[in-house]
Amino acid sequence: MEPLLLAGSREPNGFSLDTYVRRGGYGALKKSLGMTPDAVVDAVKASGLRGRGGAGFPTGMKWQFVDKKSPKPKYICCNADESEPGTFKDHVLMERNPHLLFEGCLIGCFAIGAKVAYIYIRGEFWHVQEVLESELAKARAAGYIGKNIMGTGFDCEIYVHRGAGAYEAGEETALIESLEGKRAQPRLKPPFPAVEGLYGCPTAVNNVETLCNVPLIIERGADWFAKIGPEKNGGPKLYCVSGHVKKPGVFEAPMDVSLKELIYGEKFGGGIRGGHALKCVIPGGSSVPVLLPSEIDIPASFDAIQKAGSLLGSAGIIVMDETTCMVWAAENLLHFYRHESCGKCTPCREGGAWLHMILGKIERGEGQMKDLDLLLSISNNILGKTLCAFGDAAATPVLSTVKTFRAEYEAHIREGRCTMPAPWRSGARVGAAH
Amino acid sequence: MDYGRGRHKSARQLPEEGPAFVYTADRRTKLDEICSRYPPEQRKSAILAALYLAQEQQGYLTRNAMRHVAEVIRCTPADVEDVVTFYTMFYTRPVGTHVLQVCRTLSCALMGAERVTEELSKVLGLKPGETDKAGEFTLLEVECLGACDRAPVVGVNDHWHECQSPDAARALIDGLRSKGAASLTGCHLKVEK
Repeated sequence: MEPLLLAGSREPNGFSLDTYVRRGGYGALKKSLGMTPDAVVDAVKASGLRGRGGAGFPTGMKWQFVDKKSPKPKYICCNADESEPGTFKDHVLMERNPHLLFEGCLIGCFAIGAKVAYIYIRGEFWHVQEVLESELAKARAAGYIGKNIMGTGFDCEIYVHRGAGAYEAGEETALIESLEGKRAQPRLKPPFPAVEGLYGCPTAVNNVETLCNVPLIIERGADWFAKIGPEKNGGPKLYCVSGHVKKPGVFEAPMDVSLKELIYGEKFGGGIRGGHALKCVIPGGSSVPVLLPSEIDIPASFDAIQKAGSLLGSAGIIVMDETTCMVWAAENLLHFYRHESCGKCTPCREGGAWLHMILGKIERGEGQMKDLDLLLSISNNILGKTLCAFGDAAATPVLSTVKTFRAEYEAHIREGRCTMPAPWRSGARVGAAH
Repeated sequence: MDYGRGRHKSARQLPEEGPAFVYTADRRTKLDEICSRYPPEQRKSAILAALYLAQEQQGYLTRNAMRHVAEVIRCTPADVEDVVTFYTMFYTRPVGTHVLQVCRTLSCALMGAERVTEELSKVLGLKPGETDKAGEFTLLEVECLGACDRAPVVGVNDHWHECQSPDAARALIDGLRSKGAASLTGCHLKVEK
């Protein structure tokens, strides 16, 4: 498949306004402005575009839910807080193809009746923000952003808003809280952002990659888009392959590509490094269950991966070879979730800390057999008992690895040591406990 | 078990009072421009930007700086403290000229981030979280920076320095000591064919 999202982006200056316009950029915006806002929403609905941030919710429906009759202003918040471990596609899009995102934001604003879009970018993406700001200024000077865009009377602004280090800000209501200048903590839903979002106004929160697909739909048609890849999983998709593969990177493919191909294919991950065998794969960012080598010969689509017992999530494919200790991996991830818990809901704040401590105990060889049941009990008391999906995300690596690799946990406890100390790990952990 | 050891992270720890603080004229102008991006009654949206500017000016945030931010943003000092203590990128203690942030999360850890931290710790004589006496280096372990294909990643202030190994990390320190920020390779900027 020709690259669509990353088209031209690997060329020198591929990110610049000139290159983008030469390739026909901002043509979809012009076309949209000649349509009615409802027709734009209908086209996105007909395309079947599903949100690329993790949940896979249909974008057209999200836009349709925005309360257009409300007298309040409407907003688009672009979620560029890409923080899910193993995910690094959005920063590539923003760095290499920023105008595609701007065009998607503008079309989205037109469709829902918004005059402002905020791109909430994570604080660590400082160099990406520089590219966005300078390209925004160029697009503004060229009349694609601002007042009376392309002489149609449509006014729209795009601003970049920099976060300051909080995984939780990637949750849509926490992102809104953070944009309002508060701690990034989730809100009780309903009301959903489509009714009461930023500043209490109707808001659509969309992921970077999602918005980047919108110009393609408008330009080439909803039918064309829906036919790329399997049914109900249409359109190009960016996959992030990291961990023990020969060629880690961001790869674009339709969703009928298999998970196995993404890891072993020459055009993709290129296979496992150093002649090792594959142990397991986390297919959708650290928050989803692991899959075994026997389970990966499936299409890397939302539906197929869910059917296999995991989730496509943010398409962050983390590959682990046979040298990886799964107790260590689970402890590493729970350190992350313990650190990043926003602290609002007790099960996640306290449970995450306990999970991390117990995993550390087992990894150090101080565990007891009853700790395994304790891990499962704590996890099940977090699952579904928090305001946002973070709690489930924190419990999943524990539930999934204890279920799939229980023998490894038991060996740690029986032998009183880590039974799989890989050479690429530190001999003595120098890191702070928390 | 480390539960109960030391303070809970929610315990209130106020930064030092610090010297008197007012934004420089150019930073104040920049902040006013940023405030204009939000509705006039929503100035608080600019609080993160205001804190970044204060931190850029002074290196870290003090109570005087936080009070000034509250005045400019027109919120309470408690609102500012609430935000400062939540986000990891604000420093409430002096940090070194070069703040090294080793990504410790899974994809980087699988590629040897622990050994990079170990090496940096050895070379600098610092544990993660510490700053050297000369104020040259701060060593931190941070969570996923979002550059997992170039693992392990070490953030140096606002820049990414990628594809690290213990040897590369040692070279990084030598480079920063002799040439400063110019020694950063920033391999994410290279366009691969």
